[in-house]
Amino acid sequence: MTTLTAPPATRPATTRPGGGSALQQSLTLAWRNVVKIRHQPEALMDVSLQPIVFTVLFVFVFGGAISGDWHDYLTYLVPGILAQTLLFATGGIGTALNNDISKGVFDRFRSLPIARSAPLVGAVLADVVRYVTAVGVLLVFVSALGFRTTEGLPAAALAVLVAIAFAMCLSWVFVWIGLTVRSAGAVQGIGFLAMFPLVFGSNALVDPATLPGWLQAFTRNNPVTHLIEVVRGLLLGGPVAEPLAWTAGWAALLLVVFVPLAMRAYRRRV
Amino acid sequence: MDNTIEATGLELSYGSTRALAGVDLSAPAGTVLGVLGPNGAGKTTAVRVLATLLRADAGTARICGHDVAREPQRVRELIGLTGQYASVDEDLTGRQNLVMIGRLLGASRTDAHARATELLARFSLSDAGGRSAKTYSGGMRRRLDLAASLVNRPRVLFLDEPTTGLDPRSRNEVWDTVRGLVDDGTTVLLTTQYLEEADELADDIVVFDEGTVVARGTSDELKLRTGARTLTVRPRDRADQPVVLQVLEQVTGAVPTTDSRGTSSVPVPSETLLGTVLDRLTVAGVAVSELAVRLPSLDDVFFALTGHAAEQGVPTDPQEALA
Repeated sequence: MTTLTAPPATRPATTRPGGGSALQQSLTLAWRNVVKIRHQPEALMDVSLQPIVFTVLFVFVFGGAISGDWHDYLTYLVPGILAQTLLFATGGIGTALNNDISKGVFDRFRSLPIARSAPLVGAVLADVVRYVTAVGVLLVFVSALGFRTTEGLPAAALAVLVAIAFAMCLSWVFVWIGLTVRSAGAVQGIGFLAMFPLVFGSNALVDPATLPGWLQAFTRNNPVTHLIEVVRGLLLGGPVAEPLAWTAGWAALLLVVFVPLAMRAYRRRV
Repeated sequence: MDNTIEATGLELSYGSTRALAGVDLSAPAGTVLGVLGPNGAGKTTAVRVLATLLRADAGTARICGHDVAREPQRVRELIGLTGQYASVDEDLTGRQNLVMIGRLLGASRTDAHARATELLARFSLSDAGGRSAKTYSGGMRRRLDLAASLVNRPRVLFLDEPTTGLDPRSRNEVWDTVRGLVDDGTTVLLTTQYLEEADELADDIVVFDEGTVVARGTSDELKLRTGARTLTVRPRDRADQPVVLQVLEQVTGAVPTTDSRGTSSVPVPSETLLGTVLDRLTVAGVAVSELAVRLPSLDDVFFALTGHAAEQGVPTDPQEALA
């Protein structure tokens, strides 16, 4: 070991008692997760390929049968695929946290004078990188296939913003599951089980008018349906205000229920 | 409140396993308290309670006068923790690990980088600072872990088996660092499985067994109770065993024990008795294939203090196994 320099007698500004603000702590831990992605870019593989795979699958396999013409179906599908891509991307946080939390570094976080919520908020914030990647890949790909928005770029940007904000709220469900379930594999299984009915039981892929009555009732009250209506309205025209209010309500409900549940699970998990 | 670390009557159970069954600990400022014990004795659990990671079922613990259960955030401002397994982020570089902690503690980007530079230099990691911690050797990882726990200049440092699995050189480096910190006034609680480590570093030692403190005192006091050294003799012919036992008892005044290989051992105050034993055995005409004086191991301490060997009869503490 080299020489041991004695620390100065007075504590410098680096150790402000109580640490920084909860926001700075969350941002620091979000930065940590983004650095991890930079070290392992393959962590973005799922969100980069998934939108392409789903678009190709639905547009070219089902498009002809559903709409008679794949190009018409593409127009109908893009808002749904955008929501679906983001929803599936939210599941990753559960697996990642489940893996991460069992490592010693979380002991360190717990022993620091920082906000209890910072590691979780940080993880949720960092996932924006995944969401932006997914949406970016999707929009470039469908544009190449000939999709055009009719409402202008600001509206399209707003659509993306709303969808990502909703995904961030939804991801707290998976934060909670990731902290509650023992193995990372189980997290993924539960995630898909919850996602499939929400995505397919919505207006994402087909017009709900074609569905049996009982399923229409589910579809009408599915938060994903409301989100897709907002996105569809902002990309292709149509009512926005009412579905936006519903979406905001659902998002708030998700936060109110699952943030406390996730925090409790985090505190209990030693 | 004179003691920097002060715990009384700590109890904690995991289901039916009692990890802590009424533990008292105390350490004055600027001293090293060594917590010695085998795996599953409750050492890690005690550290986790003191470091606010676990809540005790009963008892109180104070760090610099602040109750760990009632003022955990205040306590966290005062402590540093280095876990049994290096708790560094493997996907980050050494520097990024340290900067992250500085930033979490509210330092500006510039200050956090300056502190990281200082700590990397201090722990001989300047060259490796830009590399991902995944590529570090065990010793480097442990040094980074130690550096990370010093970012906030803690007044109390918890070192949970800081040298387990390290080679002797890295171990000595860790020891030097700990000594330097104590010279600067830091109070250290160190858990270890090695008597030698406690001997080297600790002012006071407490010995844990099955969640309780079975002995406490300075290293010398414990050695007096343990028998500072062990004299072992193995006769070439097993038939000479009774003579060996007789000689050993006469010379040392203690009752020797014999293992399955025919090696008899007895605690001795100093190695000067070795000559006497050899002389007597020669006179008695006993040929010896092994004769030695060795320092007490943890097993010896344990045997002397608890009446059972370190590995036996100790329920595995699930937390310690996982941590």
